Amino acid sequence: MTGFLTLFHKELLRFWKVMLQTVAAPILTALLYLLIFSHVLEEHVQVYPGVSYTAFLMPGLIMMSVLQNAFANSSSSLIQSKITGNIVFVLLPPLSYVEFFLAYLLAAMVRGLVVGLGVALVGLAFTDLTLAHPLWMLAFALAASAVFGAIGIIAGIWAEKFDHLAGIQNFLIVPLTFLSGVFYSIHSLPPFWQAVSHWNPVFYMIDGFRYGFFGQSDVPPGVGMAVVLPSVLVLTGLTLLLLRRGYKLRH
Amino acid sequence: MTAAIRAHALEKRYRDVHALRGIDLTVEQGEFFALLGPNGAGKTTFISILAGLARATAGRAEVMGHDVVNDYRAARRMLGVVPQELVFDPFFTVRETLRIQSGYYGLRRNDAWIDELLTHLGLADKADTNMRRLSGGMKRRVLVAQALVHRPPVIVLDEPTAGVDVELRQSLWAFIRRLNREGHTILLTTHYLEEAEALCERVAMLKQGRIVALDHTARLLSRDAERRLELKLAPPRLPPELQGRLVECRDGRYCLRLSDYAEVETVLASLREAGIRVEDMALAQADLEDVFLRIMGQQV
Ligand SMILES: Nc1ncnc2c1ncn2[C@@H]1O[C@H](COP(=O)(O)OP(=O)(O)O)[C@@H](O)[C@H]1O
Ligand SMILES: [Mg+2]
Repeated sequence: MTGFLTLFHKELLRFWKVMLQTVAAPILTALLYLLIFSHVLEEHVQVYPGVSYTAFLMPGLIMMSVLQNAFANSSSSLIQSKITGNIVFVLLPPLSYVEFFLAYLLAAMVRGLVVGLGVALVGLAFTDLTLAHPLWMLAFALAASAVFGAIGIIAGIWAEKFDHLAGIQNFLIVPLTFLSGVFYSIHSLPPFWQAVSHWNPVFYMIDGFRYGFFGQSDVPPGVGMAVVLPSVLVLTGLTLLLLRRGYKLRH
Repeated sequence: MTAAIRAHALEKRYRDVHALRGIDLTVEQGEFFALLGPNGAGKTTFISILAGLARATAGRAEVMGHDVVNDYRAARRMLGVVPQELVFDPFFTVRETLRIQSGYYGLRRNDAWIDELLTHLGLADKADTNMRRLSGGMKRRVLVAQALVHRPPVIVLDEPTAGVDVELRQSLWAFIRRLNREGHTILLTTHYLEEAEALCERVAMLKQGRIVALDHTARLLSRDAERRLELKLAPPRLPPELQGRLVECRDGRYCLRLSDYAEVETVLASLREAGIRVEDMALAQADLEDVFLRIMGQQV
């Protein structure tokens, strides 16, 4: 247990010590989106009755921050350790692959949730937010951060240089999050793109998360969870399999 | 008694390199053992398999009787590894680094031992310095301390003195020697053969993934026992009966081969008979470097 706790703690310290880059910067990015989009669209778009566009946008931005930062934490920690070689410090001790997985995953979730909370608090200066179903909100936040924390671990193990990670970031993570209804309801999309969005698990994360705030969503939250939870399980299984085999970590 | 390290028919193939070709090796507890070999011989690969950083293609390895794969937790607890590369985590200070490493081994309150390590390795005044700000030699010392946080009975050092200044080398060896006296088993690889000669009771020489020599250092040296006699002669010429012993002649100094020191008398007698005066004379014995070069020069 101490081994796991130490690795978890180390992973927390790693981002906390440079929180200007790892926490403050992403909050600022989300804030810029909020200012620009709400300024441009506030007067023109109302997705749900009784919900201003700025309020509608908030959960999407929070969730986007949670996902991107959970991914960034585990993936960048692993690639940095691999490239600098200090990954041996965690490979030499008697840590099990489950401890290894949980430590990286939980630290990634914490980073995602801390940034998400920061975005929420800053956002409250611009709009009021209700919390219709806090447990749904929390459940989606946890599950979504776990999904992207695990993807970050897989990416960090697989990547051999920062370019590989940037590729995943630019061609997978960003498109998945942007094309998921952060900035709009997918009902406003043409039918084809609506259908495509239903294949994007991130859509369910954001939609369910938004349900937690407004009690309104594109699909029922139970359906959303039925997509997101299995994603958590599949990715956990896959990551554990890779770690157990020592894929790209133990030659 | 359980062997500190035991390898049986250990093989390692990378995609296009056969790095280890069947290594059988036993290092007993308390030994000071050197693994020598040119670059690419497979030393680091061998250590990596012991440490679980690499997986053997075939064969087995044990540390203090624990299989490094099936019983990896116990095996890793028994082993402290100082890696060849100068790696460090730039986010932390020296003390943080050592506390974290202790925690990985399940040790929560380890500060007394950490302080002792810092003192013995001359790091006491660097405890709160960030790793980034340390010199190469200092980083190497921290790596040694990291390998020792859990007081492992078996300590492996992969070229620990490469690129390290003389002063540190001396103090590092004094410390490692002490650990060995206290009962720790030491396995080291080094390029500095005189270090191995001075420190290690036994050596194995590795070449292209095979052990080509394995013996007590002293026996290895005496077996090679080609003694040499260097002479400066006036006039500078050699009687015919000594020509067969000539190894080389440089700057008027003749270097003759002897099979043992008693032959010095025979040589001197021949010279006296031929009326040749000895102006200067020196005896030389093979050192580990000669043995090493001779063995590495042979075909496997
Ligand atoms: N991860 C790896 N992938 C492929 N080849 C490797 C790897 N590690 C080592 N090798 C090769 O295995 C051989 C032995 O290397 P190594 O054990 O590092 O030798 P040494 O430590 O004796 O210098 C070399 O030919 C090296 O190129
Ligand atoms: Mg090496």
